[in-house]
Amino acid sequence: MENKDIMNIDKSMFEFAQIDEKLHDTKLDAKKVGYFKDAFMRFRKNKGSVVGGIIIIFLLLFAIFAPVFGGNAYSDNIKDNTYLYYKKLMPKSSLFADLGFWDGCKTEEMNVNSYNYYNAIGVETGCNPIVEVKEFDKVERMYTVKSDSYYKNGMVYMTLTAEEYKNIQKWQDENEIQVIYPAVDLSKYTVESFKTDANRWYVIDQRGFPVVDNAGNYQDNYLKTGNDDYTSKMRLESDPYNSGDTENAYRYARLTGSSTSGGYYVRIFTYNYFIYKYGFEPAFLFGTNDLGQDLFTRLAEGARFSFLLAIFISLINLTIGAIYGAVEGYFGGAVDLTMERISDILANVPFIVVVTLFNLHLSKQVGALGSLLFAFVTTGWIGTAGTVRMQFYRFKNQEYVLAARTLGASNARIMFKHIFPNALGTIVTSSILVIPSVIFSESMLSYLGIINLETSGFTSVGTLLSQGQSFLSTYPHILLFPAIFVSLLMISFNLFGNGLRDAFNPSLRGSED
Amino acid sequence: MAKYILKRIGLMLFTFLVIITICFVLVKLLPNKAPEAFGQDQALIEARREQLGYNKPIMVQYFIFLGRSLLGGDWGISESLYVGTDVMDLFSQKLPATVMVNLYSLLLSVPLGLAFGIFAALKKNKWQDHVISTLVMIFISVPSYVYAFLVQYILCFKLGWFPLLVDTGTNFFLPSMVWSMFPAILSLAFGTIAGLTRFTRAELTEVLTSDFMLLARTKGLTKSQATVRHALKNAMVPIFPMIIGEFISILGGSIVIEQIFAVPGVGELYIKAITAATPDYNIFMLLTCFYTFVGLAAGIVIDISYGIIDPRIRMGAR
Repeated sequence: MENKDIMNIDKSMFEFAQIDEKLHDTKLDAKKVGYFKDAFMRFRKNKGSVVGGIIIIFLLLFAIFAPVFGGNAYSDNIKDNTYLYYKKLMPKSSLFADLGFWDGCKTEEMNVNSYNYYNAIGVETGCNPIVEVKEFDKVERMYTVKSDSYYKNGMVYMTLTAEEYKNIQKWQDENEIQVIYPAVDLSKYTVESFKTDANRWYVIDQRGFPVVDNAGNYQDNYLKTGNDDYTSKMRLESDPYNSGDTENAYRYARLTGSSTSGGYYVRIFTYNYFIYKYGFEPAFLFGTNDLGQDLFTRLAEGARFSFLLAIFISLINLTIGAIYGAVEGYFGGAVDLTMERISDILANVPFIVVVTLFNLHLSKQVGALGSLLFAFVTTGWIGTAGTVRMQFYRFKNQEYVLAARTLGASNARIMFKHIFPNALGTIVTSSILVIPSVIFSESMLSYLGIINLETSGFTSVGTLLSQGQSFLSTYPHILLFPAIFVSLLMISFNLFGNGLRDAFNPSLRGSED
Repeated sequence: MAKYILKRIGLMLFTFLVIITICFVLVKLLPNKAPEAFGQDQALIEARREQLGYNKPIMVQYFIFLGRSLLGGDWGISESLYVGTDVMDLFSQKLPATVMVNLYSLLLSVPLGLAFGIFAALKKNKWQDHVISTLVMIFISVPSYVYAFLVQYILCFKLGWFPLLVDTGTNFFLPSMVWSMFPAILSLAFGTIAGLTRFTRAELTEVLTSDFMLLARTKGLTKSQATVRHALKNAMVPIFPMIIGEFISILGGSIVIEQIFAVPGVGELYIKAITAATPDYNIFMLLTCFYTFVGLAAGIVIDISYGIIDPRIRMGAR
């Protein structure tokens, strides 16, 4: 403490701090927080909503990009005629396949006959559909097995042109993967259905049971006569050709048609044929449906369509609802009463009746999609109109509206320039929440069979669900993935919507802290 | 109060009439004659069509419809689905299944929903509340048909506890019948339980923090006494009308659930009537009237029950 005498400080010690400066209001140090920024900040605090938002973005990205990047030679051509060889495959991820789950296998019970049937595919090709026998019930004679759905399809008969036949042989030699398996001596089969079933390559009795030798092995029934033009090195190990016996060698094809326009009737192993045709081993993340289409890309396309439909409807509803609600709320009185009556009547028509009527009246002229759009728009805007009306009632008697009117602003200008921006947050929230409800309604109506978008060539989540419903007990995965998608979408939109509603409600400001 | 009720009912009838008029005209504009087929008594159908005035102008038909069908209860006969059967008979055969499935589901979900809601409100912001709230969030969001699939796959198919579909029978009090309806009842109940839990929790937490609760406690009531006698009673004001509304809408039922579990109810009849090759318009008209009426009635009963329960609203309505 040096300067103790603070009462008597010499005047010369003082100097003016701002003698040459003009004093202004300083700018606020803090950043300005506008309505939307404030809403965003409060939205961010709600963890659940943020998670919901992230899931929605993820689902959107899936819908937009999965058909583009997730597609491949197989899934891009959705009407390929070889699809039916690969129908109802179980979900398989090459990443997890070695760990014993998500591997395209399912546990099922089968009788001895089926067991022998599938086992034979494994004996011939080395790719056994029976991965593991878990249990054998000696009384019921039933096996409980883990079976690989990708191998289970086994062989098919196919008629190839000479060129295709050569190409496959060439590819076989290059890749050392056998696609064409020896032809079978059909004359030994008495039952017609055995002759057309390409998986029968062994000697069987009347009932279809394999006739085995003393060691319990299947006895082959390959064709050993005729011309097959087979030049590939890929032959079965048991082929007498390998030991030089070309006379008794297995024949790999049966000639059909005339010598000039003939074809080769061959047995093709579907799994390897897939590799030949599409260049990679079949492994479908979500499996395939009953038409053999890849569910992963189908779901993404369905999701994309559903999103587009929902966003489109939401925009139309926003436009109609905003205008209708604005007029109602702004003018009030008799106008409001009349318009409320009209929307009240429309709102009370059961939605399912609206859809039915539009479908019956319009689907012939504008297609299933068009009539669905009309149905959604007819009653969909009422909710938005109600929200807008409420907001207009709230703001229309504020001073700034009076000021604008004093300055000569027209009704339309006051409504859309002055009041509407203030109500925007609430309105946007309500129209975003239209999206999940549209997707939900569409999926339900498709599921019930009231609308069928497939007739107009569209795939939506709803059509996928309705395709899957008949395979609930046998192939639940066809239904499971679309159902998961819808559920996830609904949950995340609910979380997101709650957060958004709170964030845009200024009266809740500060209450969370 | 009576004036208010009368006004509401009058308004409702007006709305109902307008909707029915629109639907009637739209249906009449459709080609509505099923192609003739073997095994149908064409003369009978023609006679009924003549009697219902099908060959007269739409305006005349409309008044015939109002008098004969809406007031007289004669809705014509099924023309393409159950040819020759009286539509009203069909409807009254199908209604019990819908009502019973929904009634059972409601009887299951109301006590559970209330209990969960009260429990969550009392444990507000503790882990029990968080668990319940999260589950409620999930169960409210997931569409009912997804539960239905899960219930059907897991409980009926994998575990084999219940039959896959509802038994065919008309005695809805038989234990075996109830057992076979249980998956449908359960699938319907999930959503209702979740909705009721959320609503009860929200209302009760609001009441629990109000001043009169503090007064009740200072008066010397124990916490449970105060909760049951004061908080719950006040929280019930908005909850009770909601439950009443649910009871009215059980008539409408859930079409999806009926479809999945093959409940022989009204929803199934509706779907069949409109997805038939030639839609059955008589059934469609009856069910449209029915669904519209149930929807309107539910709304009006909810509003009126508010007034009956809460004296403050009763005074305001006068």
